[in-house]
Amino acid sequence: METVLTTHFADERYRHVDTYVQYGGYSALRKAFSCPKERIVEEVRKANLRGRGGAGFPAGVKWGFLPKDLSRPRILVINADEGEPGTFKDRQIMSRGPHLLIEGIAIASYAMTIHSTYIYIRGEFVREAKIMEEAVAEAYAKGFLGKNILGSGFHLDVYVHRGAGAYICGEETSLINSLEGKRGWPRIKPPFPASVGAFGLPTIVNNVETIADVPWIVNNGGEKFASLGVEKNGGTRLIGVSGPVNRPGVYELSAGVLLREVIYTHAGGLKDGKQLKAVIPGGSSTPVLRPDEIDVTFDIESMGKIGTMPGSGGVIVIPEGACMVRALSVLMNFYAHESCGQCTPCREGTGWLAKIVGRIENGQGREGDIELILDVCDNMMGRTICPLADAAVMPAQSFIWKFREEFDRHIADKKCPFGNKF
Amino acid sequence: MSVAFSDTARRELEEILSRYPNKEAAILPALHLAQREFGYVSDEAIVHVAELLGFTPARIEGVASFYTMYNRKPVGRYHLQICRNLSCSLLGAEHLIEHVSKKLRINPGETTPDGKFTLSKVECLGSCGTAPVMQVNDDYHENLTEEKIDSLLDRLP
Repeated sequence: METVLTTHFADERYRHVDTYVQYGGYSALRKAFSCPKERIVEEVRKANLRGRGGAGFPAGVKWGFLPKDLSRPRILVINADEGEPGTFKDRQIMSRGPHLLIEGIAIASYAMTIHSTYIYIRGEFVREAKIMEEAVAEAYAKGFLGKNILGSGFHLDVYVHRGAGAYICGEETSLINSLEGKRGWPRIKPPFPASVGAFGLPTIVNNVETIADVPWIVNNGGEKFASLGVEKNGGTRLIGVSGPVNRPGVYELSAGVLLREVIYTHAGGLKDGKQLKAVIPGGSSTPVLRPDEIDVTFDIESMGKIGTMPGSGGVIVIPEGACMVRALSVLMNFYAHESCGQCTPCREGTGWLAKIVGRIENGQGREGDIELILDVCDNMMGRTICPLADAAVMPAQSFIWKFREEFDRHIADKKCPFGNKF
Repeated sequence: MSVAFSDTARRELEEILSRYPNKEAAILPALHLAQREFGYVSDEAIVHVAELLGFTPARIEGVASFYTMYNRKPVGRYHLQICRNLSCSLLGAEHLIEHVSKKLRINPGETTPDGKFTLSKVECLGSCGTAPVMQVNDDYHENLTEEKIDSLLDRLP
């Protein structure tokens, strides 16, 4: 099938500008400069490009939220704070095809009349930040960034900004606060970043993969991009498969692919011929699925019908013999660790979820603990500034709804039937 | 005891400041620089960054304490950070943490008496397809096994 992003990823030199140009790179930027700006935004809208960070908001629509008045400078921020457990696709784009992102940034910035872009990359990605910085320097040297780009009169500066270890900074308003040198606390909306964002200026925050898709859309047209996917979910997606499968990794696939095919055809099925017990389809925050639910396509609407979402495309495969209570305990510890502490329901709720699930796993669960977990969930869901509380609730509820008998057994037997280990 | 940036770090900070519309936005990069310069973000380093950027130490401390990558206490020459999240755990990360803990005779969060290694359990490092994963200082080590960790730890000077 046709690929948008990974076509030349096998070539190690692709991350350098000369090789990128040899493969036709930066031709979309040239083409963009000959188009009216509105036309580019229109193509992205027609492409049905949905945000790849997890929320799936249509990129073209988001761009349209910027104020029409150009008197205040605007800012583009690239969300490269990839941290959703199970997700490792943006790292691949940045290390293997950094110029896809830079070209996308240049086109998007031109289309939105933006002259400063910050790439906010998670602090742990030291190597990827270095590769991005080198690629940005190459792009400046070749005249793809900086003043009067390709003789168009358009100028753009791109900066790489490293985070410092906080999952919450993947949330766009938290990311903006962090970029500004503050604690990464999410902001109350409205105002939305498109009117008041980074440094008080109108700001668009887009995921790495979303922006890296833009050059292909400009070269081939929005409709062509849309046709690679399914209705309302244009293009391909980078789907990362992790856990005990034969071929873990990132696969570029149409949203029309079945989750079953992702696991068994592309990732080669489970190791040692094991059976599937459960699968988290789109990063740790998305509701878990049972093996009888995997004949679902990877688009937002189909996944929504069965109560989950494709999120950031991080498929985590859980094999038979793995304890679901232990798996949930790992996740609940994560959310408790990463809650920023600003909203009480999340700060306290994530801590209690970690504590209660942890005691069930350790054989100290009490009668009524499961109801207590669900009650805590009810007091968190939708009651906070940002969706981190929801992100903890969705796995907690779905693990219990779908694997309730394992939780009951832990409490009844006063021990983990799987021996407290994976 | 007060500390100060080297000339190189000062020049880097100047360049960093030129990227942003205000000095506040340079706090995170300046703290990264401080950690590189002094090995960890000590109270003195906080005061120095505060002076360089023109903020109160409390303001800088408030930022530094929010982010896990700023070590507010000294760490060993090699900071072994093993991911404990789900994809890594399913592929043996819990055993690896136990293995390293036994081998170095330290618990997670502790440093060996010779100051060579600090062991930490960390959250998702974004490398789930090559789990289990450990970050040693700036570098990722992927697809880990006990044997690979042993040979790596024995090799580090």
